[in-house]
Amino acid sequence: MYSFAYHKPTSVKDAAGAFAKGSEARYLAGGHTLLPSMRLRLSHPSDLVDLAGVAELKGIKVDGGTVTIGAMTPHGEVASNAAVAKAIPALAKLAGGIGDPQVRNRGTIGGSLANSDPAADYPAAVLGLGATIKTNKREIKADDYFKGLFETALEDGELITSVSFPVPEKAGYAKFANPASRYAIVGVFVAKTKGGVRVAVTGAGPCAFRQAAMEKALSGGFTADAVANVKHAASGLNSDLHASAEYRAHLVTVMAKRAVAAAS
Amino acid sequence: MAISVSMTVNGKAVSAPVEERTLLVHYLRDHLGLTGTHVGCDTSQCGACVVHVDGKSVKSCTVLAVQAQGAPVTTIEGLAKDGKLHPMQEAFRENHGLQCGFCTPGMVMSALDLVKNNPSPSESEIRHHLEGNICRCTGYHNIVKSIAAGAKAMGGR
Ligand SMILES: Cc1cc2nc3c(=O)[nH]c(=O)nc-3n(C[C@H](O)[C@H](O)[C@H](O)COP(=O)(O)OP(=O)(O)OC[C@H]3O[C@@H](n4cnc5c(N)ncnc54)[C@H](O)[C@@H]3O)c2cc1C
Ligand code: FES
Ligand code: FES
Repeated sequence: MYSFAYHKPTSVKDAAGAFAKGSEARYLAGGHTLLPSMRLRLSHPSDLVDLAGVAELKGIKVDGGTVTIGAMTPHGEVASNAAVAKAIPALAKLAGGIGDPQVRNRGTIGGSLANSDPAADYPAAVLGLGATIKTNKREIKADDYFKGLFETALEDGELITSVSFPVPEKAGYAKFANPASRYAIVGVFVAKTKGGVRVAVTGAGPCAFRQAAMEKALSGGFTADAVANVKHAASGLNSDLHASAEYRAHLVTVMAKRAVAAAS
Repeated sequence: MAISVSMTVNGKAVSAPVEERTLLVHYLRDHLGLTGTHVGCDTSQCGACVVHVDGKSVKSCTVLAVQAQGAPVTTIEGLAKDGKLHPMQEAFRENHGLQCGFCTPGMVMSALDLVKNNPSPSESEIRHHLEGNICRCTGYHNIVKSIAAGAKAMGGR
């Protein structure tokens, strides 16, 4: 790991200030994406701005029809939070399926969304539920957030403060996990919301995306059979040592069926 | 630049000047001489380095020492009391839960995190909980048996 300067601010304002002063600064959340890449010297920040001391970024609030999760909340807390499990069981289940217990004790929702790994789980829930990402500058709709491979709507130095999920009528998530890391080879999140049915896919493309044909099919009847014959085209999907684009395309339909069947 | 990092390791206050980039596992091994915590991989996947920070199991190869500033830390060396193995360590010995022993400190620390929240885990709960711990030797069967026995010895059913 290359050396860097370390900062531990206690407010969002000071964190953004420390970031602005560094030549190549990065925020440090759970560190479970950033530190492995720094260890391999794939990433070389001049300054690390540790967000662990910023109390306003932590915690979970469930009120009315909304679940709001602070950016620094680790996956394990979302998974074991009784109010989340009651309001959006699929979200708690998704968080409990990320990586392993130690990854869930450190990794955070803010870090996962800022990083937008093509195989990450949270992007599927954020897009599938039509969540809103709040930053120190503005609010970003899920539909406007994911831009491409590791690319989001976040500007340089923009800090995610929380994510708000509207409570759906029903939602489900199913993933075909990489057996070593548990990252999604393909994951599908389905939700029946007041505004209509949403289907979001992760793991298959450069970033999470919505599957319009499945949304249409499920609008006519929210059953696994409704999506069983909706095929996803292989073109443009990821192809790597874990799975070919054709295999991923096939898995999109299979995971969509399982997600609908699991929805509650 | 060096920075002074202090924490409470196995009940003792410790402090050492280290570089910002020093990982917790190297702080424990190189600066405190606590070599029971191992490094088995480069990808944060093997769990040989698991210790407890603030009562939660973490991979100490993926945490900076400065991130544990001021925190209570427990390593495998902190479990035995008065020359007597902790019941979970004893269970690994009794049930042949190790062969080379390389993964064992991480397995035991991970197991204790499980038992804290779930005093009587089922076999499948134990297997799920070990997703972040890799063993090259045992085929896991006896590790799972050890953890079930350890949980029982600690007061679970
Ligand atoms: C072995 C292993 C298995 C894993 N398996 C899975 C899996 O199955 N599914 C899955 O989804 N993920 C998985 N992960 C990734 C894990 O969930 C990470 O914790 C997560 O992707 C990043 O969160 P973090 O808090 O660790 O962020 P960090 O590593 O601290 O940061 C990641 C990036 O986000 C930026 N950032 C962090 N917080 C903010 C913020 N609030 N505002 C703006 N920018 C910010 C950082 O500057 C950095 O660029 C795995 C990781 C490991 C090591
Ligand atoms: S050495 Fe920490 S997970 Fe392998
Ligand atoms: S006993 Fe050898 S690696 Fe587990």
